[in-house]
Amino acid sequence: MTGGNPLRDPRDRRIPRVAGPCVLVLFGVTGDLSRKKLMPAVYDLANRGLLPPGFSLVGFARRDWEDEDFAQVTHDAVKEHARTPFNDTVWQQLAEGIRFVPGEFADDDAFDRLTQTVTQLDAERGTGGNYAFYLSVPPKFFPDVVAQLKRSGLSSAPVAPSGRKPWRRVVIEKPFGHDLASARQLNEIVNSVFGSDSVFRIDHYLGKETVQNILALRFANTLYEPIWNRGYVDHVQITMAEDIGIGGRAGYYDGIGAARDVIQNHLMQLLALTAMEEPVSFDAASLQAEKEKILSAIRLPEDLAAGTARGQYAAGWQGGIEVPGFLEEDGIAPDSHTETYAAVKLGVDTRRWAGVPFYLRAGKRLPRRMSEIALLFQRAPHLPFSATDTKELGHNALVIRVQPDEGVTVRFGSKVPGSSMEVRDVNMDFAYGESFTENSPEAYERLLLDVLIGDPPLFPRHQEVELSWEVLDPIEEFWAKHGKPDQYPAGSVGPASAEALMARDGRAWRRL
Amino acid sequence: MTIDLTDTTTGAIHDALRQARLRLGGVASGMVLTLVIVTDEGAQYDAVRAASAAGRQHPCRILVVIIRRPEQRSRLDAEIQVGETSPGETVLLRMYGPLGQHADSVVAPLLLPDTPVVTWWPGTVPPIPAQDPMGALAQRRITDAAAADSPRDALTLLARGYQPGDTDLAWTRATPWRSLLAATMDQPSGDITGGIVSAEAGNPTADLIAAWLSHAFGAEFGTEPSSGPGITEVSFTTSDGEIVLTRPDGRIAHLCRPGQPERRVALHRRETTELLEEELRRLDPDDVYAETLARFQRTGAAAL
Repeated sequence: MTGGNPLRDPRDRRIPRVAGPCVLVLFGVTGDLSRKKLMPAVYDLANRGLLPPGFSLVGFARRDWEDEDFAQVTHDAVKEHARTPFNDTVWQQLAEGIRFVPGEFADDDAFDRLTQTVTQLDAERGTGGNYAFYLSVPPKFFPDVVAQLKRSGLSSAPVAPSGRKPWRRVVIEKPFGHDLASARQLNEIVNSVFGSDSVFRIDHYLGKETVQNILALRFANTLYEPIWNRGYVDHVQITMAEDIGIGGRAGYYDGIGAARDVIQNHLMQLLALTAMEEPVSFDAASLQAEKEKILSAIRLPEDLAAGTARGQYAAGWQGGIEVPGFLEEDGIAPDSHTETYAAVKLGVDTRRWAGVPFYLRAGKRLPRRMSEIALLFQRAPHLPFSATDTKELGHNALVIRVQPDEGVTVRFGSKVPGSSMEVRDVNMDFAYGESFTENSPEAYERLLLDVLIGDPPLFPRHQEVELSWEVLDPIEEFWAKHGKPDQYPAGSVGPASAEALMARDGRAWRRL
Repeated sequence: MTIDLTDTTTGAIHDALRQARLRLGGVASGMVLTLVIVTDEGAQYDAVRAASAAGRQHPCRILVVIIRRPEQRSRLDAEIQVGETSPGETVLLRMYGPLGQHADSVVAPLLLPDTPVVTWWPGTVPPIPAQDPMGALAQRRITDAAAADSPRDALTLLARGYQPGDTDLAWTRATPWRSLLAATMDQPSGDITGGIVSAEAGNPTADLIAAWLSHAFGAEFGTEPSSGPGITEVSFTTSDGEIVLTRPDGRIAHLCRPGQPERRVALHRRETTELLEEELRRLDPDDVYAETLARFQRTGAAAL
């Protein structure tokens, strides 16, 4: 894209990647995600000088708003949630390009007005006919929106007289379906209008600095790759713990559950990045090829009853506050079988990982918010110490802390000071916040910029989504037929069945 | 807390730092780099404030070298600030007498191990930064040509003495402009045959931008004085007409291209803290700066 521009020198690391002229059209501007993440991310990008002159933001929603009302909503969201300090000049520039189109998704007129609005922006602000459509709406509306974009001619651009073809991109958020069949259906709907190169699926975990750092840690160093295999690794634990309950998301969450909400996308992606072979390059195709190989090599436990666990939080005390149980939450059926905690044991059938179990767990109302990937190494084959000397020595571990306190911990045994030989676990720590003079951008900043630039490596391809569902579907089917989730008190570490799952293998979860 | 040590040694400074950390309950590790600031009594306050703000989120050790009264007997005074304005440590080192000629012997023992060292001269530009005793300690040397009496002479000097790892805040100030110019040139335009950079008289950043553009396009870009503030306009002469970026108020840039609506974008001038933050981000040699400086020396300076 920047070929031919003599001012773009790959050695010139000061000049950031800046998006070309474009319009971002946001569907679902009234949602939480828009207010808390997307609008602040747009502002942060503008403040860092990464948006092009003339960049415009168009909101579309069923609200009786004028441009100014939407600008005010955006302003408030930015003031409250933006990462970078508020600068009035930057805001004024951004505000000049903010438009709002009121309407329903079934309303032809509304989409005709949207077409007019973006065409006008092209003329007034020189956005060049490049549009990104961000579908921050529930998937049930996708067919309507996508069909409308097609009908109104917004989904594809005519070739300009200069011979350049403006781009059209569509951004969609999880959930990418609720099983393999629905994921395929959703993909067909979107793909019927937008080519697969124009579809950007956001998995915000992939926008996180620490997740991208998995690649740097593994493939830029010589220290770790030699031990990154079954010869040294005993097992891997991938965790995403949340301290919150379902909050106001009952409508979405009931019937979905922790496995579909988190394991299918975030944890599977983390597993793929942890387990994959070295890609030949970091372009989208090579990276996706390696991830797909791993996802297709995942093996389910033979006995799903013993190799999985699920739970629902019951009433209890979380972080010093008394909270209701899942079944008492507003909008949840008292006999709901939706799990708020899920744990699965997976194998990866490759030469590198044969026999090494990957334990994945995700849950709500756990003691604290924490996401990590932990590689637990085998114990030394022989310890030239007495058993009492090494009583407090655990597995060596390498822990990638995804959030909070992004960084890496290495855990190993060290001699306790004193006259006797006693070995105990200690930590060596790398923290992002303490090692660089710049702060990590928010995941959405990075991903939004990648969409506008058209850079796809951090977006999962449809094949990855399908492969993840192929892993999860049999588990969901098994759960639907057998029993129901175990209760665990809010604020505890999860159901006893999850502890038992590990205990059967002679292992234990890392402390939350 | 502030600890004053008069007629002291680096060993005593070390001990005082360790004690202060213990008393504040802090940890020794976790500091990102050592920043050596070579300055004088009059400028040290602003420089330290800018550097502390740049290191606000990321603790670093700031060593401020102030050389005073060469005629007196040798003496080292230290003023240690810990837990005041930044999470890091600041040590003001005042050197009297002949010791001022051997400042590196004071600074070297106080550098943090295993982390980068950066030297910054907020005022006077040393003739050859890499050969200056304070510069030789560092892998990154930051000067500021704009602070010199004659910025253009300073740039010429820097060009002559350039060594990989040198950088100048006049170049750092160019980044937002360069970024916008590069984005502008991402869009197709006619053949570029030359252009003009307009700025306040004696603005070294304008000289560097002109040299950078000349080098990249292989065409002549001159500079023209304007009433400012800072850089006010960059224009390209192309086979399809003029492409002009103007910034009359130091805040908002207007982009005009043939046959297209005017576009605007915020382009504010940055504080020293932001400039330092950019400089501390990357510590590898800046080849593009080297080439730009060489180009300036070849053509820009000769045109004066």
